[in-house]
Amino acid sequence: MSAIEHIPEFGSPVDNGLLRFLTCGSVDDGKSTLIGRLLYDTKAILADTLHAIEKTSLRRGMEAVDLSLLTDGLQAEREQGITIDVAYRYCSTGRRKYIIADAPGHEQYTRNMVTAASTANLAIILIDARKGVLTQTRRHSYLAHLVGIPHLVVAVNKMDLVGYDRAVFERIRGDYLDFASQLGIEEVRFIPLSALNGDMLVDRGDNLDWYEGPTLIDILESAPVAHSESDERFRFPVQYVCRPQRADDPLLHDYRGFMGRVESGEIAVGNEVVALPSERRSRVKGIELGGRALQRAVAEQSVTLLLEDEIDISRGDMIVRGETKESALVTRRIEAMLCWLGECPLDAQRKYLIRQTTRDSRALLDGIAYRLDINSLQQVAAEGLGMNDIARVAFKLAQPLVVDRYAENRATGAFIVIDESNNNTVGAGMIL
Amino acid sequence: MNAPVFNPLLPLRPALDHLDWLEAEAIYILREVAGQCSNPALLFSGGKDSIVLLRLAEKAFRPGRFPFPLLHIDTGHNYPEVIDFRDARACQLNERLIVRSVESSMSRGTVRLKSADESRNKHQSVTLLEAIEEFGFDACIGGARRDEEKARAKERIFSFRDEFGGWDPKNQRPELWNLLNARVHKGENIRAFPISNWTELDVWQYIEREGLALPSIYFAHVRPVIRRGSLLQPVTELTPARDGDVVEQLRVRFRTVGDITCTAPVESDADTVHKIIAETATTTVTERGATRLDDQASEAAMEQRKKEGYF
Repeated sequence: MSAIEHIPEFGSPVDNGLLRFLTCGSVDDGKSTLIGRLLYDTKAILADTLHAIEKTSLRRGMEAVDLSLLTDGLQAEREQGITIDVAYRYCSTGRRKYIIADAPGHEQYTRNMVTAASTANLAIILIDARKGVLTQTRRHSYLAHLVGIPHLVVAVNKMDLVGYDRAVFERIRGDYLDFASQLGIEEVRFIPLSALNGDMLVDRGDNLDWYEGPTLIDILESAPVAHSESDERFRFPVQYVCRPQRADDPLLHDYRGFMGRVESGEIAVGNEVVALPSERRSRVKGIELGGRALQRAVAEQSVTLLLEDEIDISRGDMIVRGETKESALVTRRIEAMLCWLGECPLDAQRKYLIRQTTRDSRALLDGIAYRLDINSLQQVAAEGLGMNDIARVAFKLAQPLVVDRYAENRATGAFIVIDESNNNTVGAGMIL
Repeated sequence: MNAPVFNPLLPLRPALDHLDWLEAEAIYILREVAGQCSNPALLFSGGKDSIVLLRLAEKAFRPGRFPFPLLHIDTGHNYPEVIDFRDARACQLNERLIVRSVESSMSRGTVRLKSADESRNKHQSVTLLEAIEEFGFDACIGGARRDEEKARAKERIFSFRDEFGGWDPKNQRPELWNLLNARVHKGENIRAFPISNWTELDVWQYIEREGLALPSIYFAHVRPVIRRGSLLQPVTELTPARDGDVVEQLRVRFRTVGDITCTAPVESDADTVHKIIAETATTTVTERGATRLDDQASEAAMEQRKKEGYF
């Protein structure tokens, strides 16, 4: 096994930011081996960890080191032979840092995968070359598409077990594209792999000469990061208001800073802004980050905004740009795709709490249009929802929310449902 | 949302580099704690991860005061350089520092050691839970990272702890998008981890970029040590040499700083942050593997401590 070769010298000025991606697959399709190989080849695995899995591999009677052991879970999971939930792994090539969300297969799959997908910008969907496109491939692809992951990579793994046969790869590609177009998935990349032998992961290997596309690591190194692709409309949910009210410092006496993260778009000093839902208007007087004055702030920066007028803004309000007609929707009713995560079924009689950006509202179910059968991808009638169900629903809201369609803005179109009896997060919604 | 297939040959010019992104996320998390919780505290030990937390808190809340006090659970077995640093830093920031000690819990009888030289590290949990109850904290902000250890890899950014302070891996709230849920009933609390997504290397790169001061023992210095297996045991009043031990004067530094009885230094010539970064980028042993005598006990040592209320 060889380490990555093109890592630039440490301290190199190349920093392509951070990419969050997700791997989807079940127990047998080599997902753990793929992640283990990526971690190993990018040197995220250090000698003591490697030594520990070497010992375990030997104990279990294996000839080679089983890299899938790198993603082995908790004692509680080993005891019960199940995987409880998403694990996060980290690696870096020196050019780019990666956060890998490793969602387990089978049990509670929908819940785990939706969770892992919610923060990912790219998904690797693994297919076993011997088995081709399966029901679970359709399920993974649908969920990745539902949660709005912009980049899908279909990795046809275990090419070594089909003699690195190009025809097998092409047939799987054809099958996948057939159903992807039915789902509305337009952009997808295909790559043949052997995670076990490391072919086309970091190194090209000698076995797949007919494949001329990029290696998996090349794809990861060059995928656009989330904020470079996000909605261009400025969205700034207010998290916290800073009012030092320091009598001893005349500069700070009247200081009122609105703190939050730019979820999309950008803002500059002098821009006109509107606070929603109040619709009060003002103009940006200053932008600060850690005591430093900025001229502008862009998506994903956490900053403080200072406004020219003393208008009443508090946590939960949304600041948007004032000059253009790019205003978000202020509404007391939302329609959404809802994934139910709670162990107790959704109760249509009960009030739940909905949290969207930094804002909360009590909510009451206002109808289930249909439930989606995740295996057949058919819409079926439903009275209620249980754990792992996905449905199109409507909610009535006690307080107005400031929303965008999820398809246009993941940050302002997403919400969670909280059960106030135990404060658990029991649902995840995407506004239509 | 249908982005075009990207071209791997085109250069990328992200507006935020990876440290900018991690910093922005951590500031967001700290502000969510302040916005959602009524009485949080920030755990500050004088160690490098919590030093980074304090800089992030400055970036999140200045020119205001921090909306939480600093809390240190002192085992009484800390290096004096680290305690001095802790006090000086709190004073410099003009923020309130609360110290509660394992020794007080011992005198109350809530901590009983098996023997006088038993490590007090795991007993911090008892003192922490007592402090949470004393002050009614509904959230504690800590510097734990998911890359540290297996039981941390599945940790939430807002980790729910029941009335007994316990972490139940089967009863954690799903965490989606950046929607964090800190709601608790009285007696329960949240452990919030703003640098969950940072690695050891990220922490050192950030320390360099921000020019943060650290306790001197993080940098290479000569110290008497004894080789015990693959680890170096420092020779101190608490951990004296035993008969037959070979004491060596080695040039070492600490990668993590904790209770004297369970933290081992590594051999190193790195006496600047820059040299430490170079070493970290090429090291072959994990942070805890090289330095923690307490995680060597079993594969599941950290998982067990967390269930008992450890942060």
